[in-house]
Amino acid sequence: MAERGFSVARLPGFSTIAIVVFVALYLPIITLVVYSFNAGQSVAVWEGFSLKWYVDAWANDAVKSATLRSLGIALCASIIATAAATMAALGTTRRKAFKGQTFIYVMINQPLMVPEIVTAVALLIFFASIKVATGYQGLGYLIIAHSAFCIPFAYLPIRARLEGMDLSLETAAADLYASSWQTFRRVTLPLLAPGIMAGAMLAFVISLDDVVITEFVKSGGQDTLPTYMLGQMRRALTPEVNAISSVLLALTVLLLTAFFLLTRKND
Amino acid sequence: MSAAEDAQAATATRNGWLLSAPALAILTFAAAGPLLIVLVYSFLTPGRYGNVEWALNFDGWIGILYTKDIFDETLKLADANMSIFWRSIKLSFLTTIITFAVGFPTAWFIATRPPKARALWLFLITIPFWTNLLIRTFAINEVIRNEGLMNTVLLWSGIISEPIRIIYTDTAVFIGMAYVYLPLMVLPLFASIDRFDMKLLEAGYDLYASRMQVLRRVILPIVKPGIVAGSILVFVPSLGAYVTPRVLGGGKNMMIGNFIELQFGQGRNWPLGAALSMTLLFVVMVALLFYVRAANGEKKNG
Amino acid sequence: MTEVTAVEARNAVKAFGQGEASVRALDDVSIKINKGEFFTLLGPSGCGKTTLLRLIAGFEMPTSGTILLEGADITYLPPNKRPVNTVFQSYALFPHLTVAQNIGFGLEMQGRPRAEVKATVDRMLALVKLEPMANRKTSQLSGGQQQRVALARALAPAPKVLLLDEPLSALDLKLRKEMQIELKRLQMETGITFVFVTHDQEEALTMSDRIGVMSAGKLQQIGTPREIYTKPVNRFVASFIGETNFLPARRDGDALRLGEGHLIELPAGVPEGRAVTVTVRPEQVRLVDASEAGAIPATVQSLVYFGTDTHCHMALADGTEVVARLQSSATGEAALAQGQKVAFRFAAGAVQVLED
Repeated sequence: MAERGFSVARLPGFSTIAIVVFVALYLPIITLVVYSFNAGQSVAVWEGFSLKWYVDAWANDAVKSATLRSLGIALCASIIATAAATMAALGTTRRKAFKGQTFIYVMINQPLMVPEIVTAVALLIFFASIKVATGYQGLGYLIIAHSAFCIPFAYLPIRARLEGMDLSLETAAADLYASSWQTFRRVTLPLLAPGIMAGAMLAFVISLDDVVITEFVKSGGQDTLPTYMLGQMRRALTPEVNAISSVLLALTVLLLTAFFLLTRKND
Repeated sequence: MSAAEDAQAATATRNGWLLSAPALAILTFAAAGPLLIVLVYSFLTPGRYGNVEWALNFDGWIGILYTKDIFDETLKLADANMSIFWRSIKLSFLTTIITFAVGFPTAWFIATRPPKARALWLFLITIPFWTNLLIRTFAINEVIRNEGLMNTVLLWSGIISEPIRIIYTDTAVFIGMAYVYLPLMVLPLFASIDRFDMKLLEAGYDLYASRMQVLRRVILPIVKPGIVAGSILVFVPSLGAYVTPRVLGGGKNMMIGNFIELQFGQGRNWPLGAALSMTLLFVVMVALLFYVRAANGEKKNG
Repeated sequence: MTEVTAVEARNAVKAFGQGEASVRALDDVSIKINKGEFFTLLGPSGCGKTTLLRLIAGFEMPTSGTILLEGADITYLPPNKRPVNTVFQSYALFPHLTVAQNIGFGLEMQGRPRAEVKATVDRMLALVKLEPMANRKTSQLSGGQQQRVALARALAPAPKVLLLDEPLSALDLKLRKEMQIELKRLQMETGITFVFVTHDQEEALTMSDRIGVMSAGKLQQIGTPREIYTKPVNRFVASFIGETNFLPARRDGDALRLGEGHLIELPAGVPEGRAVTVTVRPEQVRLVDASEAGAIPATVQSLVYFGTDTHCHMALADGTEVVARLQSSATGEAALAQGQKVAFRFAAGAVQVLED
């Protein structure tokens, strides 16, 4: 491309707007993180660097139990969703169109289409009657609800990986005397592994982030980290919430980086 | 087809369904199935302490638009509801427009970087995309609230003498939604600009088009699928937004999402909440249908 | 010596799609491939050669017809139960396994003991001269090396028949020539029946014991490379393999009349009265002195220089075009010029009468 003179791809003002957008995107996040290290009680005035709020948050039993609950739910839901999504991806890709395939697609992607608040309300109503009927109040409701909306997020990278996979590899395995189970175990699964890992990580992040559905489905004393923070928000702002947010943010960035490296390496 | 081929096709269908069964079971139980229950509930009678009584009643649906006078039971247009719907639609549209206006140059900027730098810029837009919506809402709150960064800087520099009070207004909700949903606009726009053949620009300029003409007559028509996708991805969650208006609107400036929640909380009118949910779902489905048709039309033309 | 049949297809039909839209990729093909021979299926893309290969491998089932391996019906036997291996066009090497693991894959799947697998893998690595690469990932190999791994992997289980689906098409010209020799060597050393699919006529001619030429789902001709080249049975085979002249002709007593004009020596098998097409290879056309007996006069239309030889396009009086390939010599073609009047003859026995 010509660097001097007329550059065809340049559109006037676009780069300026883009830079402003990136600054505007990151400035609030950076402010949030910076203020989580503020020594003062106030969230407005900077009173020096301190890890006080991180220590406070860690000492707070409510935060600790919400963290553990969040991680537990995200772990269970991402495992369930990834397993189900992997099977569904194997069932719906790389074969001739079969009866009901479109229906299966729509069902799997349904959580991406229905507004979260509607699903939340639906689950509130449905689970409320189950709670009355069975008396069970445990975390099972949250886990199954999270599993459901995580399925499409786990499904997409796995399916993409499968579709990018050379079909002749499995044909070659069959040619070399591998049974269908051996072919799956020795060829398909190892090649699919990065897709499955990526899907599981996305599912984990999505579950960890959820506010609305969790808020409606949880029983008393089942706060996750996001619903705990939302509850705090209703009262007074504390830097403690900033500290928790920063940790969650760091976790997201970490998982995303891993996700990118995983998918990039295999391109 | 031979019998062997028929048998193969039957096996493929059976395996497809069997393998999808666990996912379908979970989704039916905890996502799609309960939507039907919401539909049923919208035709029932509100219970005294929430929940419902099993008696057919259309008040839930009527209640979307009208209020019943307590004394003579006449129907009046519900002004409060109207203002909530109007706010939801207005803010969702505005959010879509502003995110497009700034998102398009951003996506263009990313797509025209050299490959290495492009991956980095793309990663930078992806981080907010995957960051917890609640955290991003808190973050923007840090900037726009009365004692926030914006006012601190403006007061300190002497540009203003009184803090700008926008928190808990429609403006705050609008800024917040634009901030949290911007990545949803940029990513599909980027995807379609990335596929755009830059040689077409050379052809356009070669044929005497100005920069604006190239933008309007070449670029925008070709990246239209990305524009439609981005607009839907922003408009749909905006319409159903719950967290952002709750945190930045401060309870007064409700949108449909908060209004629905209210019916299941203090409002104790589950059938009305159910009917509102169904209405929201219907509007979203219409928008999605529009998107599918636009996307398919694009495919036929292309 | 009686030939033993390794693979046989009987009336194999493969149709894709249904009803009106159905296409016959393979239309009633019967073929016998002998044990230990290097057999090539040659034809343009879409002629059905790969479909036939996939039926033998078991990746597809025929719509009707039978596939036999050493006399046993294997039509519906799944590919992992057939002692037949394939070298894929894209090689289909397992990217998550090393070279040695790829080669050993088939033996392992067959449940052979570890020691035997190792011994065979070592032998195969030596056979394709890749011993130093044993523990590399396949992505670290060059195209030619990947090709060798694919070969070794398919040969390792000692299949009764090795199927090769255009295995050389991804290689550059020089490497392709080397691999042609290599393949021939491997076939001789192992004595395994090779069924080789290609659209490259030169590849087919240089490597094969016999060739089956296919077009539009049908077998057009089977024969040795020499038979196929010198005695093509129809217009398709004649034009697909090498360059040739087609001339309309008619029997005229004890001679053959070309078009409206010249009489030439009558080849065998031309019925009285009926119009036929004859074919003559350009290298069998010789320029001669116009006074020579049987010389046919023509006008030079154009000359195309190819280095080793020159193609001389000529037109007869009635407009029929004939191409002669003249070997380049230090002075030879300089004598010719466009528009010049010349005369030519066909070499004895070079005229071939076509079926259609």
